[in-house]
Amino acid sequence: MYKYVVKRLLFTIPVLIGVTFIVFTIMALTPGDPGRMILGQAAKQEAVAQLNHELGYDRPFFTRFFEYLKDIVTKLDFGESYRTRKPVFDEIWAKFPHTFKLAVFSIIFSSLIGVSLGILSAVKQYTFIDTFSTVMAMFFAAIPGFWLGMMLIYFFSLRFGLLPSSGIDSWQGFILPIVTLTLSGSASLLRLTRSTMLETIRADYIRTARAKGATQKIVIWRHALKNALLPVITVLGMQFGGLLGGAVITESVFAIPGLGNHIVSAIRQKDVPVVMAGSLFLAALFCLVMLAVDLLYAFIDPRIKAKYSR
Amino acid sequence: MMSNMPTAAASANTKKRKKSKKNSQVKEIWRRLKKNRSAMVGLVVLIIFALAAIFADFIVPYEKAIEQNGQIRLQPPSADHWFGTDHFGRDTFARIIHGSRISLSIGFISVFLSLIVGGLLGAAAGYYGGSIDNIIMRIMDVFMCIPAILLALAIVAALGTSMQNLLIAIIISNVPSFTRLIRSVILTVVENDFIEAARSYGAKDMRIILKYILPNAMGPIIVQATMGIAGMILSAAGLSYLGMGVQPPDPEWGAMLSEAKDFMRTAPYLLYFPGFSILISALCFNLLGDGLRDALDPKLRD
Repeated sequence: MYKYVVKRLLFTIPVLIGVTFIVFTIMALTPGDPGRMILGQAAKQEAVAQLNHELGYDRPFFTRFFEYLKDIVTKLDFGESYRTRKPVFDEIWAKFPHTFKLAVFSIIFSSLIGVSLGILSAVKQYTFIDTFSTVMAMFFAAIPGFWLGMMLIYFFSLRFGLLPSSGIDSWQGFILPIVTLTLSGSASLLRLTRSTMLETIRADYIRTARAKGATQKIVIWRHALKNALLPVITVLGMQFGGLLGGAVITESVFAIPGLGNHIVSAIRQKDVPVVMAGSLFLAALFCLVMLAVDLLYAFIDPRIKAKYSR
Repeated sequence: MMSNMPTAAASANTKKRKKSKKNSQVKEIWRRLKKNRSAMVGLVVLIIFALAAIFADFIVPYEKAIEQNGQIRLQPPSADHWFGTDHFGRDTFARIIHGSRISLSIGFISVFLSLIVGGLLGAAAGYYGGSIDNIIMRIMDVFMCIPAILLALAIVAALGTSMQNLLIAIIISNVPSFTRLIRSVILTVVENDFIEAARSYGAKDMRIILKYILPNAMGPIIVQATMGIAGMILSAAGLSYLGMGVQPPDPEWGAMLSEAKDFMRTAPYLLYFPGFSILISALCFNLLGDGLRDALDPKLRD
């Protein structure tokens, strides 16, 4: 088990180098140069060239790439933001808590709603509750998140003035974005839970358990759920990883100064160090979340645990 | 399926039988799909959308969708302007109709190209296994670690904002998940005995993949493609909303919502129509995909 974790952690290193390479390449293809970006349009060409030289921007692509990697490995130096001239992680640490809060609350609510309704509609297939929740899930899976957010703002803030439409000055500001993310997140979880649960319920070992005289409660909770949960947990992990970096549009709709918004504005202004560090940070988080998912597998399924400790 | 009678007549006969069998399978799937009411609703609505996209110019001229007219700014829906007008006095109905052209073609083209790229990579990974599989899937893992929307945004920023670059960005950020899916489908098909049989009589890899594996893997791929169109429409709208997709004055639903944001208080109807258009088209593709899944794999039903 311990060996497995170490192996997986070592495995993330090439993945992160790959991420660095891809993002670095894309950013290198983006038109514009950092000297012009920092000094502005009015600056003289010589000054811009001078600054580009200082930043090492005039060297070949691969030299720059390996310099960047070397600085990270040897000095843990991710560079300074071109816009603020501050170390990039100062900003990332300042913005990340907002995004994290949003992601944690929405994943908690959507797993509570999605998984429990999914189980319920599988167990009570073809009843009213099943039809109702699958129809709702269909509906919310197809709603574009940003439009849902705008509609919520329109009704709850502009029309009835119940909640703030943007910003994070008070905790109420988090309600609408969390509702937005929860509704679309729980929809896909519900559909997945329902279908895996239905598949499991028809498995032979469930029939065996029933034949042995186990009550419905025990069959569902002890026999079916554990087996049906595995794919659900994978998707839950991916959703959480996605929320940490992908709530960009929701953050933009509700003007939340989170990490997603920060990276998007950095992409727009070609603030390369911020984009690089931000995407590396998110990729590393994603790898950790997926590792946690795999460990959770071992916790739930002893067969997988046996495989890991080999 | 395979006949080993050597006469020419017999082989011609087999061919005929094969063809009729294929037809009857499609018919059978269609018969099962027809019984699924929600899938049929989805299909009919999608056909209407597609017709509107194809015949957009006959329904309402393109000029109405982009021509600015200061005298009729922000008018609520009326007999003249069914869906109202926006802040430039453009007719929202015309913009929705012509927008369906953009959104639907983005959905179809990006799914089609992602399927080709993801299909080739996934088939190679699943069929050959070993180091080819390892190399392809590790590269895909790297791409999966970068949040798809940020990846797409960065690509658009690098290449410049245009419809073509939007497509490239959406395809690149979706290929990894398509590759994964197709690989897993291929893996289950490869295990079958008829693949072993084909190999044993010396069929070439290409022939095995095209003739035996792909037809048997088609079901899940078609379902994924149908649902994929919905996903692509949503992500294209999202990117356009952030201003990194289709550029004004082209009428795209996501871009229309982005513009409507500033007039939310005075003209909420500008929010409704583009939003519902995205919702309905994505919903119908999902309904159709669900129906196709049931129709293609009757085992899943009771």
